[in-house]
Amino acid sequence: MSEEAILRLRGVTHLYGSACVLRVSELDIFAGEIVCVLGPTGAGKSTLLRLLSGLEPPSSGEILAFGQRPEYRALPLSEQRRVTMVFQHPLLLTGSVRYNVEYGLRLRRQRNSRQVVDRILERLGLLSLSSRLVRTLSCGQRQLVALARALIVEPEILLLDEPTANLDPASVALVESVIAGENQTRGMTVIWATHHLFQARRVAHRTGLILNGEVVEMGTTKLFFESPINPRTAAFVQGEMVY
Amino acid sequence: MIDAYATELGDILWRSLQVSGVAVVVSSLVGIPIGVWLGSTRFRGRSFLSVLIQTGMALPPVVVGLLVYLLLSRSGPFGGLGWLFTVQAMIIAQVVLTLPFVVGITMTSIAAVPPDLFLQVRSLGASPWQARWTVLREARSGVVLALATALGRSFSEVGAVLMVGGNIERHTRVLTTAIMLETSRGRFGLALALGAILMALALAANIAIFRLHGRPAP
Repeated sequence: MSEEAILRLRGVTHLYGSACVLRVSELDIFAGEIVCVLGPTGAGKSTLLRLLSGLEPPSSGEILAFGQRPEYRALPLSEQRRVTMVFQHPLLLTGSVRYNVEYGLRLRRQRNSRQVVDRILERLGLLSLSSRLVRTLSCGQRQLVALARALIVEPEILLLDEPTANLDPASVALVESVIAGENQTRGMTVIWATHHLFQARRVAHRTGLILNGEVVEMGTTKLFFESPINPRTAAFVQGEMVY
Repeated sequence: MIDAYATELGDILWRSLQVSGVAVVVSSLVGIPIGVWLGSTRFRGRSFLSVLIQTGMALPPVVVGLLVYLLLSRSGPFGGLGWLFTVQAMIIAQVVLTLPFVVGITMTSIAAVPPDLFLQVRSLGASPWQARWTVLREARSGVVLALATALGRSFSEVGAVLMVGGNIERHTRVLTTAIMLETSRGRFGLALALGAILMALALAANIAIFRLHGRPAP
């Protein structure tokens, strides 16, 4: 991990209509770390990721990615491509698994991608499905394809929005190990939204809690679970209803 | 005698293909980008514009023929072009008639693609144009339908092309106007034969379009 903050949020608020769905006074994400963002459904995790990805500008406040505003209109394409996101409900393209996974490479005009695609498909247990049409896949398999098509472009920052929501335990373990591997070998920074406490404990260097659009606490995973500062965090990690 | 008929038939057939083909290509080049834009953008007045486009699909050909006639007639604003009773005038009338179909059906099919797809492919590194192309590819069934509908409308059009083309032998006569002429002369056998050719042409064009669309997924 590096001491350099590659994502910085200062005084960020985001509104949908008149409802404030996210308030973050200060948050830094450092290069090479895996940060899990915990919180119940509707807490604001997905909104946070969308703002970090640059897909939406915040209603107010400042977000900097690599020292620049991440909104797509403000960034050249080469800078936008440093950040990739896997959505909670991934939309795959009409065609085969291979067609979907190599999509990002085609966008970058990378030829001779067959071996690269095979490698990522094999790592995620999808190689035998490579010629299957995605419409014939299960929800979990589709989620793995979405993850494969994001990983193949080797982003510097990967934003994951509940990527294991539809997976069986073996596939969850596989995804966690692949992400951890990418983090260790390439130094890929990961911001991972989940509502699974144990998943955060397993994979994250730091863990945060969002409740009602507000970052209640963010700290090292060990301290977050063992000595939380905020009473609501303590209640949350103990499985009590805090929302 | 048979040679002369064959030559004339070939001439009519080629002109029909030329007029309809060029009209559909022009409609597609203009209409698909407009349809993509309308289907993927929200702005004030979009609903009203949609209603106008739907209305355009029901434009009576004789009204279109009249308007193009007035525009291109010697005293009209574009009279100087000298296009009245030419193939160009027929193509213009066909473009006006087919454009609402291309725009409207493309717009509807693009609007049916989940809006989040654009953002998801952007997050994978697509430029705005690459993302739009991807969305268009996902909506291609609708776009193919738009082209097939435009082609069908174009092939079967008679009122407007008769008004602005004049059904002049070896000059502006196409299959539909030739059928009308032969019917008025009481030569029903010939009219029916021309009708069969027209149907075969439409069938072949649609098979070609749908074969192109139905290629096995990559």
